[in-house]
Amino acid sequence: MAEERQERMLALWAEGQNVQFANEEAERAYKERVIRLKDAIQLKKVPDRVPVCPVTGLFPAYYAGLTVRDAMYDYERAAAAWRKYVLDFQPDAYIGMFLAPPGRFFEILDYRLYKWPGRGTPPHTSYQCLESEYMKADEYDVLIQDPSDFWIRIYLPRIFGALKPWEKLAPFTEVLEIVMTCGSFIPFGFPEVQAAFKAVFEAGNEAVRWASIVRSVDQDLQGQGFPALFGGVTKAPFDIIGDTLRGTHGIMMDMYRRPEKLLKALDVLTPLAIRMGVSSARSAGHPLVFIPLHKGADGFLSDKQFRTFYWPSLKKVIMGLIEEGLVPFLFAEGGYNSRLEVISELPRGKTVWLFEHTDMARAKEVLGDVACLAGNVPITLLTLGTPQEIKDYCKHLINLVGKGGGFILSSGGVIDDINPENMRALIESAKEFGGY
Amino acid sequence: MSKEALSKAMAELEEEQVIALVKELLGSGVAPLEIVKALQEGMVEVGNRFERGDYFLSELVMAGEIMKGAMDILEPHLAGESTEHKGTIVIGTVRGDIHDLGKNIVVMLLKGAGYKVVDLGVDVPKEKFVEAVKETGAPLVGMSVLLTSCQGALKETIEALRAEGLNPKVIIGGNYVNETVKKHVGADYFATTASDGLKAAAEVFGA
Repeated sequence: MAEERQERMLALWAEGQNVQFANEEAERAYKERVIRLKDAIQLKKVPDRVPVCPVTGLFPAYYAGLTVRDAMYDYERAAAAWRKYVLDFQPDAYIGMFLAPPGRFFEILDYRLYKWPGRGTPPHTSYQCLESEYMKADEYDVLIQDPSDFWIRIYLPRIFGALKPWEKLAPFTEVLEIVMTCGSFIPFGFPEVQAAFKAVFEAGNEAVRWASIVRSVDQDLQGQGFPALFGGVTKAPFDIIGDTLRGTHGIMMDMYRRPEKLLKALDVLTPLAIRMGVSSARSAGHPLVFIPLHKGADGFLSDKQFRTFYWPSLKKVIMGLIEEGLVPFLFAEGGYNSRLEVISELPRGKTVWLFEHTDMARAKEVLGDVACLAGNVPITLLTLGTPQEIKDYCKHLINLVGKGGGFILSSGGVIDDINPENMRALIESAKEFGGY
Repeated sequence: MSKEALSKAMAELEEEQVIALVKELLGSGVAPLEIVKALQEGMVEVGNRFERGDYFLSELVMAGEIMKGAMDILEPHLAGESTEHKGTIVIGTVRGDIHDLGKNIVVMLLKGAGYKVVDLGVDVPKEKFVEAVKETGAPLVGMSVLLTSCQGALKETIEALRAEGLNPKVIIGGNYVNETVKKHVGADYFATTASDGLKAAAEVFGA
């Protein structure tokens, strides 16, 4: 069942039915690239060559001479930068403009979760997340009881200054068959709540303006033969709590001080994480679901903690997505050396694992029959190495991990400011050394 | 109950036991500084276990939390008593970078090992590093970084120190740093884990 669904989703992606191709050549190139990725993912056929898909963050902006601030505030210039990167370098799949989020949108809502150029970081530096205990240790029960209500009335007012008045809203589940139900709407009559909604409308307009430009870049690039690497996105439930709500410090203490509540909260969030991945990938008509992994890396958790707190809910998310014919793309930053055996219980040909500091030879040994591997050209090498050093590394990596297919050549982490010649060396390597 | 038991409870992360023992020792007239020392010994063992791969970040975070709880009880009794230390270290996350998780762990372990640590926080401009080194005369400066795009800030901060004629040893710490980055920015040591940082400190201070 999952097998057929995956075939169907991959076929849908390869067809590019919503793509307006510039010409036959572009259409042929698009399909060729998708099939190359499909073969690498499914482990059924050896692709024609190793696909190469660098994980670019703000590289397109730096390459085009834009500051991060420019990229976040001038959407048209960011769009031009992304087009230029893809057309100049010709990766097998590209990462879209969504990693250059709209600065104005953040401003309108007075976003507290990030610092960005324009609010707290220099113009040339990436936006950064401000971890904190946005959910207090004693609020687990409230979260578990009604996660959506927790998000609307407690979490959002804390991370968006402009939505603070939402604290005054009544729970929506109190609107029910009872005659005095208009009471729930009284807060909507408060001036400060109405001002918060005005900010929401304004933010919505900004999001639409930004998204329409993002979409036009996608249509353009796909029309010229370049598939996007990701369709949807979601997160591991442990990271949802750790990154979004409690912070690293908070969740680490929770494992000791309130393990039962943490486990229950992970349970409650798991179906929501699946829903997020499924709906985003379906609306894109693209089966790859990007899942950045944060707090499960080597060194963060013991093996026992990983198997108790991190893996069970993540595995449910992975299996839930696979069930829908989707392909989870796990972006495993840091090292995953101690996790390989656990991962190997996943079904064959259904996931992609991009590794950073993981021993790639061992990864191939343990996971070669299970998953498509990706990575792991080090960011340090890409930043400070020479094109020749990068080619040497890639050649070695392709020989090691590319054997028999099931490999996507990529960076080990997110690429921001590197020498364009080094990006070229990375992409050329797949074409030079990756043929089967 | 003995100080050894306290060190052991600290190393084993037995929170309730640590707090109970601190209170008990205080009550029986043991000098507060001696109690701090016992806690620090436990913390050194935590660091050793982390280095051996028996402990993980989660244990370090928990150790820090237990230590904090213990110090909250001890601090009122420490007023006026000057704590001995092995030497002063200035540390901070460089300009443009606001990540502090790694830095905080190193600070905790360094303090646990008996160093005086001046923590400048995150997004620290080079001038502030210079000023802190001038003020403290610290022989070792730690610069933390996570973002690759902040490599320039590392280099500039080290150059600013040298331009003022300040020659403390500099250690850079972060997930991606290595020998190449160390050379590129002109640092003396690099650390990818907290234990690397402790080793460098031991070398610099001969401790």
